Amino acid sequence: MTPDKIIVTIVGLAGIAFTYWFFLGKREKEVAVSDSSVDIIVEGGYSPETISIPKEKTTKVNFIRKDPTSCLEEVVLGDFKIRKYLPLNQKVTVELTPQQTGEFTYSCGMNMYHGKIIVK
Amino acid sequence: MPQIKKSFSIKGMHCASCVTILERSLKKVDGVAQATVNLATEKATVTYDPQKVTHQHLSSAVSNVGYEASISDEMIHEADEQAEKQKELKDLKIKVILSLVLGGLILWGSFPVLMQTAPTSLQNFWLQLLLATPVQFWAGYGFYRAAISALRHRTANMDTLVALGTSVAYGYSTFVTLFPQLVASIGISPMPYFDTSAIIIGLILLGRYFEARAKAGTSEAIKKLIGMQAKTACVIRGGKETDISISEVVIGDVIRVRPGEKIPVDGVIVEGESSIDESMVTGESIPADKTKGDTVVGATMNKTGSFTFKATKVGQETMLAQIIKLVQEAQGSKAPIQRLADLVSSYFVPIVIMLAVGTFVVWYVFGPTPVLTFALLNTVAVLIIACPCAMGLATPTAIMVGTGKGAEHGILIKDAESLETAHKINTIIFDKTGTLTNGKPEVTDIIPFGSYSKDEVLKIAASIEKGSEHSLAEAIVKASEVKNLSLSRIEKFQAIVGHGVEGVVDGQKIIFGNRRLMDREGVDIKAVGNQIATMESEGKTVMMLGTSKQLIGLIAVADTIKESAKAGLAELQKLGIEVAMITGDNERTANAIAKQLGISRVFAEVLPDQKEAEVRKIQAEGKKVAMVGDGINDAPALAASDVGIAMGTGTDVAIEAADITLINKDLKSVATAIALSKKTMRTIKMNLVWAFGYNIILIPVAMGALYPFFHILLNPIFASVAMATSSISVVTNSLLLKRR
Repeated sequence: MTPDKIIVTIVGLAGIAFTYWFFLGKREKEVAVSDSSVDIIVEGGYSPETISIPKEKTTKVNFIRKDPTSCLEEVVLGDFKIRKYLPLNQKVTVELTPQQTGEFTYSCGMNMYHGKIIVK
Repeated sequence: MPQIKKSFSIKGMHCASCVTILERSLKKVDGVAQATVNLATEKATVTYDPQKVTHQHLSSAVSNVGYEASISDEMIHEADEQAEKQKELKDLKIKVILSLVLGGLILWGSFPVLMQTAPTSLQNFWLQLLLATPVQFWAGYGFYRAAISALRHRTANMDTLVALGTSVAYGYSTFVTLFPQLVASIGISPMPYFDTSAIIIGLILLGRYFEARAKAGTSEAIKKLIGMQAKTACVIRGGKETDISISEVVIGDVIRVRPGEKIPVDGVIVEGESSIDESMVTGESIPADKTKGDTVVGATMNKTGSFTFKATKVGQETMLAQIIKLVQEAQGSKAPIQRLADLVSSYFVPIVIMLAVGTFVVWYVFGPTPVLTFALLNTVAVLIIACPCAMGLATPTAIMVGTGKGAEHGILIKDAESLETAHKINTIIFDKTGTLTNGKPEVTDIIPFGSYSKDEVLKIAASIEKGSEHSLAEAIVKASEVKNLSLSRIEKFQAIVGHGVEGVVDGQKIIFGNRRLMDREGVDIKAVGNQIATMESEGKTVMMLGTSKQLIGLIAVADTIKESAKAGLAELQKLGIEVAMITGDNERTANAIAKQLGISRVFAEVLPDQKEAEVRKIQAEGKKVAMVGDGINDAPALAASDVGIAMGTGTDVAIEAADITLINKDLKSVATAIALSKKTMRTIKMNLVWAFGYNIILIPVAMGALYPFFHILLNPIFASVAMATSSISVVTNSLLLKRR
C-alpha cells in the first residue's frame, strides 16, 4: 500500500470514529424545570434538549424558534398529542400536565431534530 | 414581504383619549403601517410587516401605555404561518430558477457530449467557477446555515448531508480550477465538477419547493374547519339588532339568523323555524328541519327560514371548536408504527456520514484509477442520495390526511393510535337501543276489527292514552298527531297497574292493554292469537283495544331500526368483520331485531354494568373488538374495547370516552371509519417501505456496490434527482388518501 493510501485509511478511520463520538456519543444535559416554566430555544436543535418536569403539575414549555430552517417550523410532542407551528422569533407556549412518569421524546415535524422531556 | 392585518381585543379602555394613546403607541412600533383602535368594540386593528413585528411587540406597545392586549396565539400563528410560507415559497422559487439556469449552463459547458455544442466560453473553468459560486453560497446558504447550527448541537440532518456533499464537489472543483498543474502532476486529469454541485443544489431546492406545496395540502382539513367559522353574528341586544364579531358573542345573547346565513355559535332556537344544512360539521347530507326548542350548531348553514336563537356555547366551547381541537390533537399524536422510523432517524445521518467517509477510503485504496475522482464522486453520491426526510414524513403526513378526511365525513378520530388499531378490528359489538335502533318506540302496526278503520282504532287508543305517562302511550299519541286525528274527550280514566288503562270514550267503555286486561274483562282474543304471536316474535309489544264486549283492534309498538343500520352492517360484513349486538332487552326482542339486521351473535339481558365484562370475554377469544355505543351510558364498555366508537352528539363526554366519534350518527360511518383506517395504514406501510427501501437499496448503489459486478455507478446528479423525488413521493402518496 502506498503512503497516500495509508494516510487516507488512517484519516478515514479517524473521521468515522470522530463522527461517531461527535454525533452519537454526546451526553444529554438534563435541565430540571423548577419554576413551572421553561424556554426552549429552537436553533439547529433544541436548547435545552432534555428537560425534566414534575408529574401532575402544569409546566409551561415555551418554544422560541430562531432558526428559519423549514425542518424546525413545527414541533411535535406526540405523547402529549401536540403539533404546533412555531413562527420565527415568537414564543409558542405548550402547557403540559403529565399524568405519568417516564421519558417522552419530542421532535421537529420531519422527525430530524429530537429532544426529551423526563417526567419525574 | 406582504403585510398582514390583525385584530385583537384590548382591556382597560374607557374614553376616546385611550384610542389616541393606543393608536400612537402601536404606530410607533417599527414595521407597523397602520393601527386603528375602536372604543365601542374595544379592539385594535393593526397592519404590519410580520418580519419586523412580533406579537410581543404589539403586546408591549399596548401594555406600555397601561392597557392589556389579548392576542390569541392561534390567530397570530395562523396568519404568520401563511405569511412565512408564502415568503418561503417565493424565495425558494427564485433560488430554484437561478441554480437550475446557472447549473444548466455549467452542465452544457462540461458534460462530455453536450459540451461540443456549447460556446467555448462556457467550457472555461473560471467562468464555471463564477457561475457555480452564487449557487453554492447564495442559493445553498440555507443548507450551510442549518448544518452549522445543527453542528453546534452536535446533531446532523439532511442539510448537513447536502452541505457536505456539495461542498466536497465544489471545493474539489475550485481546487482543480485554481491549481490545474498540481492536480495534473499527481496523474489526475484536472476536471472540475461544478455542474454536480450546482445542479444538486437546484434539484434539491426544487424538491423542497414541491414538498412545501404538497405538505400544505396535508393540513388542509384543519384550515377548512377553521375557515368554516362565521365571522359575524347579528345579535339582538336591548331590542336592537347589531352585527358584531363572533368573538364578542356571549352566552345568553339572542341572535338572528336569516336565510342563507351561517349560524355563528351553538344555541337553542327561541323563535321561528328553518331547514338547516349541517353537512359541513356533521357530514349529515340531509338538511334537518328545526323549530323552537331545537339545538343549532355553529358554522352550519341556515337554508330557508329565519329564526332567532339563544347562544348556549361560544368560543372554544362550540362544537366546531371542539372538533378542531380533537382533529389537531389527533394530527399531533404519534402512531405506534412510527416508533421504528423514530429510532432509525435518530441514528441515520451520522451513519450516512460514516458510510460516506468509508466509501471514500475504500474507493481511494482499492478503486480503479483515477482513484481520487472515483472516491470523490461516490462519496458525494452517498451523501446526496440519503433521504432521512422521507422516513420522517412517511407516517405523520398520512395520519394528518387520514384524520382530516375522517373529520370531513363526520368521523372524529381521537389519536393516531386509535386509527392504527381500528384497521385490526375483526369483531364489532353494537349496543342496541339508541345505536342500532332509534331508542324511541313507534307504532308499527294497527290492525282493526269489525267495522272500525285503522284511524278509528288509533284515535280511540290515543284518546284513552293521552292521560297516561307510559312510553308506549307516548308513541301512540304521537302517531295520532302525525295523522292529525282529533282526539275524543275521555271520562272515568283509570290506569290498571300491570294490565293497561280503561275509560269512557264517546259514552262507550274502552279498555286498552295486554292479554291480562282482556282476560279480566272477558274479551275473547283467541281468534287473533296467531297474529299477536307473530308480531311479538318480531320484537313488537302488542296492545289490545276493546270495548267491554269485543276486541276492536290491535296496536303494535316497537323500537324501530335506524335507517342506516342495515346498510351499515352489510358494509361491515363485506369487510369481513363479525358483527354482534348487546342489549339489556329480553332475548325474544333482541333476537327479533338481530334477525332483521342479519346479526348472528346476540348478547341479551345484559345490564349496563355487565357490558364491559362481555367485551372482555370476546377479547379473551383473541378478537380485536370495537364497541359501538352512545358514548355516555356505554362509556365503560367503550373504554374496555380495543376501539370505542361513539355514535356521538359531539358532547365532551362522548368524545372523551371514545376513540372514534361519529358525529353524523350514520351507522354506515362505522364501516367508513374502519375502511379509512385500513387505507391510512396501507398508505403508511407503503410510505415506510418506500422510504426505508429507497435508502437501503440506493445507499449501497451510491457506494458502488454494483460496480464490481456490472460497472454501474450512480452519478451524483441522479442521486439528487432520486433524493428530491423520494420525499415528494411520500407526501404525494399520503395526499392520494384524499381520493381513495
